[in-house]
Amino acid sequence: MKLPDLTELALRNLRESLLRNSLTTVGISVGVASLVAMLSLGIGLQQLASRRLMKSGLFDTVVVTSRRDLRNFGRDENTPASPPGESRILDEAARQEIERLPNVSEVYPDIRFPTTLLFDDKPHLTMVAALPMSAKSNDAFESLQGQFFSSDMAHEAVVQKAFAEELLGRTAKPGVDETNVKELAPPLLGKELTMRYAERENANGEENSANSIAAGAEQSPAGAAYSVVSREVKLKIVGVADLDPESMRGPTRARVFLPLRLAESLHIMQPTDLREISRAASEQPVYSSVSARVKNPAQIRTIEDAIKKMGFNTFSILDATRSLQQFFAVLDLFLGIFGSLALAVASIGIVNTLVMAILERRREIGIMKAIGASERDVEKLFFAEAGAMGILGGIVGVALGWAIGQVINAGTNVYLKRQALPPEHFWTVPLWLVGAAILFSFLVSLAAGLYPAGRAARLDPVQALRYE
Amino acid sequence: MQNQTATISASLQSATTPAILTENLCRYYQMGQTLIRAVDGISLSVSGGEFVALLGSSGSGKSSVLNLIAGLDRPTSGSVVVQGRDLAQLSREEIAKYRLRTVGMVFQSFNLIPSMTIAENVELPMRFAEVERGKRDSLAREALTWVGLQARMNHRPSELSGGEQQRAALARALINRPQVLLADEPTGNLDSHTGIEIMNMVRDFNQQLGMTVVMVTHERALAERYVQRLIFMADGKLIGEEINSATAAASVAAMNEGCDAQRRMS
Ligand SMILES: Nc1ncnc2c1ncn2[C@@H]1O[C@H](COP(=O)(O)OP(=O)(O)OP(=O)(O)O)[C@@H](O)[C@H]1O
Ligand SMILES: [Mg+2]
Repeated sequence: MKLPDLTELALRNLRESLLRNSLTTVGISVGVASLVAMLSLGIGLQQLASRRLMKSGLFDTVVVTSRRDLRNFGRDENTPASPPGESRILDEAARQEIERLPNVSEVYPDIRFPTTLLFDDKPHLTMVAALPMSAKSNDAFESLQGQFFSSDMAHEAVVQKAFAEELLGRTAKPGVDETNVKELAPPLLGKELTMRYAERENANGEENSANSIAAGAEQSPAGAAYSVVSREVKLKIVGVADLDPESMRGPTRARVFLPLRLAESLHIMQPTDLREISRAASEQPVYSSVSARVKNPAQIRTIEDAIKKMGFNTFSILDATRSLQQFFAVLDLFLGIFGSLALAVASIGIVNTLVMAILERRREIGIMKAIGASERDVEKLFFAEAGAMGILGGIVGVALGWAIGQVINAGTNVYLKRQALPPEHFWTVPLWLVGAAILFSFLVSLAAGLYPAGRAARLDPVQALRYE
Repeated sequence: MQNQTATISASLQSATTPAILTENLCRYYQMGQTLIRAVDGISLSVSGGEFVALLGSSGSGKSSVLNLIAGLDRPTSGSVVVQGRDLAQLSREEIAKYRLRTVGMVFQSFNLIPSMTIAENVELPMRFAEVERGKRDSLAREALTWVGLQARMNHRPSELSGGEQQRAALARALINRPQVLLADEPTGNLDSHTGIEIMNMVRDFNQQLGMTVVMVTHERALAERYVQRLIFMADGKLIGEEINSATAAASVAAMNEGCDAQRRMS
């Protein structure tokens, strides 16, 4: 029998005992739904985790430092793996060279320094860091109150929540560690901070900042190469960050951020600069460390290798992602197994329904054989019925699984909202899963139809027709 | 030219060699300790275009013989040769094809599939024969017109009278143009008037298409009105036969006519 005829007959037969077949199909769809629900939860969690990690900037960043860094100066000299001839100065030329590497989206100098900021004429000592405009997508700024910098040169600052508390004279109450950032922001936004900093000025350089006040000049200990001038700059507070964007930096993490280009233009003296004195001979700026952002975390190793070959030290958190992927592979496997169990139970329902159908349709099978149906025809017909139930159940099941996911998503977001956390979309049903689930349901149903179809095909027509 | 000669010689052969030939046909059933000899050494020959009746009391083995000829059942021993083909030599797939194309069956209880309309029932054998849909529809319509059911083709069997159902069953049996029609008490569930109506139709097919017909029946009177030969069975054995003189003369003419008809068809 041809496929369209077969399908038509199968669907007609399914319609004939509608209640029983729909119940069986519902059974399959519940199985498929649980499979889809389990797998999409696993996939969703995985995507959420990697999205979070990507946004955190931890996994797509390579920190590049010069090998001549004083901290490991001695070690470098003694390591045969990195002969001193290979080490290079991390200057502007090197920065541009790294930026030209494939899959590197940007390379920016790390500018961070401890300083004093005046707010309402009261001094506050803290660590300040410069951020590129691309940091706007950083996870820590997701629940930012106010705005991110309006431009790379704007005289603006974003302060971290803990520093905001300090500015307002609030101390975190013991036991209540969550202060709502929404309460902190309004009194601070638009206010001015005065930042004191030390400008590094070449000996023959001229005054370059109009609104900075020369508060005196000191000779640097290294001699006449440059002088350090104490200056002040006014910054407008535009944003208050809820989370800590620099949690990975530990004790050197900053609590006040300013735009990168602005910080560069100020020629701020950094603690690490002293080590570079001997190399400051060239006109180009020299950096103690730069951060390279990678387009795809999967490429991080090749990029690290390339940078190392150029003669620099690199650092990235790579292995963490590896073990995370491993964890999710195992999680998906287990969720899949549980989902498949539900489908297996449902497929027993198919076997049952079809065996019942054979008993009920003995006579019909006998008639079909008497008028010329071959064993193959009868077998195919029962297969088609099983397959049709499988496909229908698969489609309904995917829809059901998706709906369950939406409900759980919505439910969790209500919960997150109550906890004053941002909503999350952690339930994802990818298109391939839709196709795979329907196909899987179809194949499982065919397998379930194997025994009933064979039994129907071998039915003795004379016996079947004898029963009146 | 050559083709035509071949066809003629084939139909000549079918006229001379028997359409159905059974030799020492046996079908035993083992029921616990006892062996039931439902069919016990039947040797029977039915020529092409002949219309015969199998008569006998209940349990004499008439239906069993018919099922063996139809290839629905396999004999314990002995052979069945239909249209020159030994059924024992055929594979299960080939037996199915044989049932599909060579024989048509009609039953006492009509055996239409209740979930299908009359038209769908009639075209079902063509689905198994993989005839395309358009052709199937027109052939089913044509067959239902022969039996006068064109107006009822979209009804389900349960909405039809017994006679109408049996007419539909006849149309289904004939839809693939079989050479042999096997009818197991086709009028058993019908009143005598409707029974005669069905018998007239069977006779028409026998005479106009030269179709070989074997009919099982209880009603001797009805058989004598239509068939050319009556075969009597008891306890699985043949116990005698009678040539029906009333229809024998007509049948010779009909047989010749039938050969012509067959030649025209092929
Ligand atoms: N599958 C079977 N198992 C056991 N015995 C059977 C089987 N089929 C038929 N028989 C026996 O074989 C004998 C012949 O049966 P069959 O149906 O051929 O009789 P029949 O002549 O057609 O009778 P009726 O006129 O009542 O239809 C009966 O005694 C019946 O009980
Ligand atoms: Mg019988």
